[in-house]
Amino acid sequence: MTPKVLFAASAMAALLLALPASAGQLTIGFSQIGSESGWRAAETSVSKQEAAKRQVNLKIADAQQKQENQIKAIRSFIAQNVDAIFLAPVVSTGWESVLKEAKEAKIPVVLLDRDIDPSGKDLYLTAVTSDSVHEGEVAGDWLAKTVGTKACNIVELQGTVGASVAANRKKGFDTAIAKHANLKVVRSQTGDFTRAKGKEVMESFIKAEGGGKSICAVYAHNDDMMVGAIQAMKEAGLKPGKEILTVSIDAVPDIFKAMAAGEANATVELTPNMAGPALDAIAAFKDKGTVPPKWIQTESKLYTAADDPQKIYDSKKGLGY
Amino acid sequence: MTALLPRRGIAQILALIVILAVDRVVSPQFFDLRLQDGRLFGSLIDVLNRGTPVALLSLGMVLVIATRGIDLSVGAVMAICGAIAASLADSHGLPMVLAAALGAGLVCGLWNGFLVAVLGMQPIVATLILMVAGRGIAQLITEGRIVTFSSPDLVWLGNGSVLSLPVPVVIALGMLILTGAVVRGSALGLLIEATGGNARASELAGVGTRAMILSVYVWCGVCAALAGVIAAADIMGADANNAGLWLELDAILAVVIGGTSLFGGRFSLVLAVLGALIIQTMNTGILLSGYPPEFNLLVKAVVVLAVLLLQSPKFSGLAAIAAPLRRTKA
Repeated sequence: MTPKVLFAASAMAALLLALPASAGQLTIGFSQIGSESGWRAAETSVSKQEAAKRQVNLKIADAQQKQENQIKAIRSFIAQNVDAIFLAPVVSTGWESVLKEAKEAKIPVVLLDRDIDPSGKDLYLTAVTSDSVHEGEVAGDWLAKTVGTKACNIVELQGTVGASVAANRKKGFDTAIAKHANLKVVRSQTGDFTRAKGKEVMESFIKAEGGGKSICAVYAHNDDMMVGAIQAMKEAGLKPGKEILTVSIDAVPDIFKAMAAGEANATVELTPNMAGPALDAIAAFKDKGTVPPKWIQTESKLYTAADDPQKIYDSKKGLGY
Repeated sequence: MTALLPRRGIAQILALIVILAVDRVVSPQFFDLRLQDGRLFGSLIDVLNRGTPVALLSLGMVLVIATRGIDLSVGAVMAICGAIAASLADSHGLPMVLAAALGAGLVCGLWNGFLVAVLGMQPIVATLILMVAGRGIAQLITEGRIVTFSSPDLVWLGNGSVLSLPVPVVIALGMLILTGAVVRGSALGLLIEATGGNARASELAGVGTRAMILSVYVWCGVCAALAGVIAAADIMGADANNAGLWLELDAILAVVIGGTSLFGGRFSLVLAVLGALIIQTMNTGILLSGYPPEFNLLVKAVVVLAVLLLQSPKFSGLAAIAAPLRRTKA
């Protein structure tokens, strides 16, 4: 290949790359954590859908749970001069230098799902996250409303001890039911966010509470533990969803299956759609220069059996949960 | 072996009785049993049922440890075999599902045994490879999600009952009897102990130490596979991220509580299973107690320390010295 041909080829390649951008299409780089959970996989597929809906060219870099991979991905996005960078930070610290590089290149950064250390506040445009305290409150409020004035003994399946999500979901729920003297958490134990432990712990709750007859409701910090707990209740001859109310958080497909079967009552969604609001914020910022608020809180939507759970199950099951 | 049990197992039986008594105190209905849908229902049954995976793991682990080895990969093997069973359950019959899952466990065991017996790697490092890689393999099989199934045959394996006892308990009991019959009904047990006691001397004496080591890792893999299938059947799904997580440590602990030395040699299958039951009796007791979950690990550590102190010859020596002293004071 002569230098001339090489030059022509690279010029053409550059032109091809530049074309979509000149047509007004946004190119956004998304540094995703990796496949740590089903929810994360769903977030990735929903992000792709949302980007396609808005004709945005979304480049996703999978970091395999490593911060150094995320930093590398961000540097490569800066080199490609993307219009914006989405970052789901795997850890909260250590982002200063790479985010400063993005700032100097005038590329806005939006954090998705997780926040970083407050010292980096002016290094990103906005953060789109859920409020896990609020999720607990929504769950507690639903239970208080459903139970009404009768006395209700609640058992709680906590998430992993020491996880901030678990502490927040507990705090929110406790705040919500504190206003109602008839609601009382009688047992609370960790189920490590897993089905197997959720089942084992629920088995012990049932034995400790006289065969489960005195339990009025179960609150689980995630749906997976609730799925396990539902099995434990059924095996003990109890009727979850009817004799014992259930409320949990996350809105994974399997809880809708249980809801459709009448074995679960309510779940609070941790939406996998963090990219949607982020894309809207970036579009407004690019077109009109609207600076979004520092924190965009996603909706913690409550789903009950009244919401056609079978339909939601069908729409969610292909997302990779 | 049975004749030896009372003398050798006294500390373990004592520990189990004490923990059961404590459980009775924290939870007055601990010994209550009733029939629920043709199946016994109560905390004691929970102990047996929940203790099954670790009991099965400890059956394989005790043989490996008797050869002066260790197998860190059993938790990951559980995840792999559970994932295989769950993926096949709705499209294939139970015999095929079991054959595939147990076959995978056998291959995993062969791999570990090959690294240790043929290539001469240190067991702790050799099995660490599969411990790390195995969970990744399981995640590849499930594509990172929880694979659920509804095949009634496989569900029965986790939640069904035989003579009112949960199926997993019956399987574990069957495996204990089978393993016991094979290693104690022949000279195999003695040869395994010889290999662990002094591999070189045994080799010179004509023991096929390489074959011994290879076969105990294979058996350990099969036991882990069975535990993985049961764990998946229990929750009607395979959770590659969490199935069997850290259970290798519980299995090693069960073996050690059962009085088998990590330096190899003499071992006891029954006491290893008893060790697994001691761990589970404690876990169930903690769950029933209603203490905040922050205390779980602390309580567990204190109890394990107490059980091991009971067995320590130095400690019982101290107690023996202290006893007459106390008497003279009084």
